[in-house]
Amino acid sequence: MTAALEFRAVSTSYGSRAVLSDISTGFAAGRVTGIVGPNGAGKTTLFCAALGLLKPSSGTIDVLAKPLARWSREGLARAIAYLPQGSDAHWPLQARQLVALGRLPHRARFAALSAGVLAAVDEALRRCDALQFAARRMDELSAGERARVLFARALATAAPLFLADEPAAYLDPAHQLRLMELLREEAGRGTAVAVTLHDLALASRHCDEIVVLDKGRLAGQGAPQDALSDALLARVFGVAALHTPDPSGGRAAVTPWRRL
Amino acid sequence: MDASATIPQVDNATKRARVATVVLLLSLVVSFLVSFLLGPSNLSLADLFAGLLSGHGAAGVIARELRLPRAALALVIGAALGASGAALQGLFRNPLAEPGVTGVTSTAGLGAVIALYFGLAASSAFLLPAFAVGGALVSAGVLYLLSRGGAGAMALVLAGVAMASFATALTALALSFAQNPYAMSEMVRWMMGSLNDRTLFDLAFAAPLSIAGIVVLLTASRGLDALTLGEEAAHSLGIDVGFVRSRIVFGVALATGAATAAAGAVSFVGLVVPHVLRRFYGYEPSRLILPSALGGAVLVAAADIAVRLIAPDGQLLLGVVTAMLGAPFFLWLILRLRSES
Repeated sequence: MTAALEFRAVSTSYGSRAVLSDISTGFAAGRVTGIVGPNGAGKTTLFCAALGLLKPSSGTIDVLAKPLARWSREGLARAIAYLPQGSDAHWPLQARQLVALGRLPHRARFAALSAGVLAAVDEALRRCDALQFAARRMDELSAGERARVLFARALATAAPLFLADEPAAYLDPAHQLRLMELLREEAGRGTAVAVTLHDLALASRHCDEIVVLDKGRLAGQGAPQDALSDALLARVFGVAALHTPDPSGGRAAVTPWRRL
Repeated sequence: MDASATIPQVDNATKRARVATVVLLLSLVVSFLVSFLLGPSNLSLADLFAGLLSGHGAAGVIARELRLPRAALALVIGAALGASGAALQGLFRNPLAEPGVTGVTSTAGLGAVIALYFGLAASSAFLLPAFAVGGALVSAGVLYLLSRGGAGAMALVLAGVAMASFATALTALALSFAQNPYAMSEMVRWMMGSLNDRTLFDLAFAAPLSIAGIVVLLTASRGLDALTLGEEAAHSLGIDVGFVRSRIVFGVALATGAATAAAGAVSFVGLVVPHVLRRFYGYEPSRLILPSALGGAVLVAAADIAVRLIAPDGQLLLGVVTAMLGAPFFLWLILRLRSES
C-alpha cells in the first residue's frame, strides 16, 4: 500500500550541507505518525520538502500517490495542511479571522467570508477548545491560547494530510493531551497525520508509528515500542529511558530518565 | 455548533468598517470641495463650477488650470501613498514600513530631479514619471531583497535612512550640476513636496499610474493576509510568496513614483493612515489597502488646505505639514513597539 505521503530515497541540502540523506518513509492515511529526533535532525526539513519549499537533490516525494512536481500550487494547498514550528501571528487578528486563513485554499479570489466558511472556522475553534475567544484579538490571548487558535487554523483547512511541527510546545499538560486526542480524531477521519514531537512520552503513548531522524538520516521507524528501543535511545538521544506500561491496556510510555 | 450566533460579532466589525468608510468618503468630498474653493481669487463655488464646465473666462482658467489639478492631485497622491504604506506594512508585517521612511519617495524624487534638470523631461513628457518610478524601483528593489531575507524593523528603518540620505545627497549634487539659479528652493521643494503650481499634465500622468499601482497592490492583498502566519504557512496555503513580494514592491514603486514625480517627496502619509484605520477595519492587511488610499487622500488634501491657510503666499511646503504630523507619530510608534517587545 502506498502511503498518503511517501518519501523515496530523498536527499536534500542547504548549499553544500546535506540536511536529509536517503530518507525512505511513508505517512499513511488514518494513522498518527510521530517524528522524533534531536535538534537539527532534519524533522522540519522533512516537512519543507513535502511542501515543495525545498527541492530534493535526489529521490522522489509522492503526495496522495502523485509526484510532488505534478501538483499545482492550489491543489497542494488543499492536500496538505501545515502548522509550522513556533508559529505565531504577525498581526493581532481576531482569532476567527486568523482561523479563516486556513480556508484560503478553498475560497475563490476576492470572495467574502461565507456562512459555510464561518461554520467550518467555528467548528475548528470549538474542537481546539478555543471558541470562547473566537472574537478576541490574538494579542489579548496567552501563548497557550494562541497556540490553540493557530492549531485550529491548520485544522480548518481540512486537508487529507496534516503536518504539525512541534504543536505541543507552549501547551499545558491537559492541552498537550487534548492535542494528541485531536490528532487522533483527525486520523479517525482518514487524515494522514505527521507530527514532530520532542516529548517522547507523548510520542510513544499517542502515535501509531514513530519515525526517528538523526543527523538527517532515518535512524529507525515502526511501532513506538519497537522504534524507541533502549539501544536506539542511547545511540540517537544519549539517554536511558523508563518504559512504563499502561495498566488500562494502552501503549507504554517512554520517559527519558537519565543522560548516558 | 451554532453558526447563527457567531454572525452578529462579524457584523459589528463590518458595521464599524462601514461607518468609517462613509466618514472617509464624506471627508473626501468635503476636502476636495474646500481645496477647490481655496485660492487668492474670491470666486464662488458656483462660478468655479461654471468655469470648470465651460472653460471660458478667468473662472474657467482658474478652475481648470489651477484649482482642479491641485485639488485632484492631493487626492491622487494621498491615495497612492496611503495604499503603498498599508501594503508595505503588510509585506514587512511591521507598522513602521512606509514609502517615506523606507526611502522610496527620496529615490523617486531623485529620479524626477535627474529627468527634469538634465533636460530629459523636455525631450519626452513621459520621462519624468518614468524616471521617478525608476528611482522608486531602486529603493523598492533593496526592500525586496530585505523582505526576502526576513528583515526586522531595525534593518528596514536603517536601510531607509541610508537610502534617503544618499538620495538626498545625490539630489543636491544633481541640482548643483544643473546650474539652476533656483537650485536651493527647487531642492527643498523636491525633498519636502509641494502642490504649488501643479498642472493638468501632472494630474494626467500621476492619476493613471497611481491607480495602476494601487490595483497591483490589491491583487496581492490576499497573499498579505496569509503572510500574517509567516512565509512557510503562507506557502502551504497556496500563496506564491515571491510573486506577492514582487507585486507589492512594483505596485509601491509605481504609485509612489507617480505621486513623487507630481509633488515631490511627501513623507509619513503611509505611516499614519493605516495605523489610524486599523482601529476601524481591523488588522487584516487586505482590508486596509483601499481604506488607506481613501484616508491618505483625505489627509493630503487636508494638509494641502492647511498649507494654504497658514501661508497663502506658497512659502510653506506640503511635506512640512505631513512630517510635523508624522515624525512625532513615528517616534511614538517606535517607543511603543520597544515597550511591547
